Amino acid sequence: MEQQTGTFAVKKGLAQMLKGGVIMDVVTPEHAKIAEDAGACAVMALERVPADIRANGGVARMSDPDLILKIMDAVTIPVMAKCRIGHFVEAQILEAIGVDYIDESEVLTPADEANHINKHLFKVPFVCGCRNLGEALRRIGEGAAMIRTKGEAGTGDVVEAVRHARAVLGDIRRLTTMADEELMSFAKELGAPYELVKETKELGRMPVVNFAAGGVATPADAALMMQLGVDGVFVGSGIFKSGDPAKRAAAIVKAVTHYQDASILAEVSKNLGEPMVGRNVSQMPEAEKIAGRGW
Amino acid sequence: MKIGVLALQGDFAEHIAMLKRLKVETTEVRLPEHLKGLDGLIIPGGESTTIGKLAVAYNLMEPLRTFAQRHAIWGTCAGAIFMSKDVRRDQPLLSIMDIRVERNAFGRQVDSFEADLDIPELKQATGSKEPYHAIFIRAPIIESVSGDAKILASVADGRIVAAQQGHLLATSFHPELTTDTRFHEYFLSLAD
Repeated sequence: MEQQTGTFAVKKGLAQMLKGGVIMDVVTPEHAKIAEDAGACAVMALERVPADIRANGGVARMSDPDLILKIMDAVTIPVMAKCRIGHFVEAQILEAIGVDYIDESEVLTPADEANHINKHLFKVPFVCGCRNLGEALRRIGEGAAMIRTKGEAGTGDVVEAVRHARAVLGDIRRLTTMADEELMSFAKELGAPYELVKETKELGRMPVVNFAAGGVATPADAALMMQLGVDGVFVGSGIFKSGDPAKRAAAIVKAVTHYQDASILAEVSKNLGEPMVGRNVSQMPEAEKIAGRGW
Repeated sequence: MKIGVLALQGDFAEHIAMLKRLKVETTEVRLPEHLKGLDGLIIPGGESTTIGKLAVAYNLMEPLRTFAQRHAIWGTCAGAIFMSKDVRRDQPLLSIMDIRVERNAFGRQVDSFEADLDIPELKQATGSKEPYHAIFIRAPIIESVSGDAKILASVADGRIVAAQQGHLLATSFHPELTTDTRFHEYFLSLAD
């Protein structure tokens, strides 16, 4: 009885196991332990959280493999790591050290301004960001096994996460009411592969798991994204840039499970200490926004 | 018949979709009062540490143990870990099945795999001779069974991936990620 590894079913399957959960950015093995103890379903290992990448400026690259390996040793939950858009060698390195998921991320400085990685060539699964359904389906066409809406990372402002989730889920709702003969024209409008547009219509949802990301800072933010219809939540700077990371992390985990129960949401929102300071996206110069990276 | 699916975290929606295909009434279980009136419960795949912590936080441990005394429960992957007696590390466990489990026993995600299994009980119960195509995601193995727990399935190298103890069922793999309903049908026969 032969065993097949690296199939799309097992790539997509790990994302299905993460549903209803919170994936947290961590920069040290100690952070990773705090995240796991708080109930994170996975961690994203990186050298700097997006808020610090913004503050530091310069070129943001894949993290040191040694740091990622130390984080992998510290926890039993899946460990993800980021590579630059189009930087397939960073992805090869991350696959070689055995990370569980690669985020081809706009948070890092893009290495290719026209093309993303051909993700079909890898055994390790990829998650990619999107701002709308067309971008999501292009990434899936390239082999992504999980999607996250981009939001605006490192701001603590949920407005862009809401905009992108509404765009994606709204387009799916429109699609499900379309006649079959309208799909080719809609695929052209979206800039998305026809077969994936057709599959999305038949499923009535994105063909892979779809998380929210970019600006989630409170339990209420997380539950908002869940009620809008995403499958789970990434929290980047929102936890370890806050006053009491362990408590806030546990509260956000509970808020994602009980996202429809306002009395539990009220309970977990109490006494969490200072949230991350945050930056108002509407007052941010266009050049500082990173969600536009991705083609 | 009404089957609950523990919806703390993980792929509970996939189990609910399978049960709906089999025309079974289902509900999501997040709090102890949601167990009322159920004939059986599925604990889905997900992260066993996350599921365990949330079960402790919302006082589900004892109600689940009491439920297991009289009702069928099936755990897939993280669910199987959560039902076991021992995983050799400190995390909340229901300890309702006499199985010892090793987490992530096949390696990391790049080692996740699909394989055909020969499961005599499933063939007998469903009258189908087809092998069972199973999906393993960062899967645990059942290191050993004791008491009246029995082995249902093993992979080619002999490692145990499914076990049953009376009306309790544990699988390392994910029937909810396939379109094959035989395992869900088998579980429903235990809940009936």
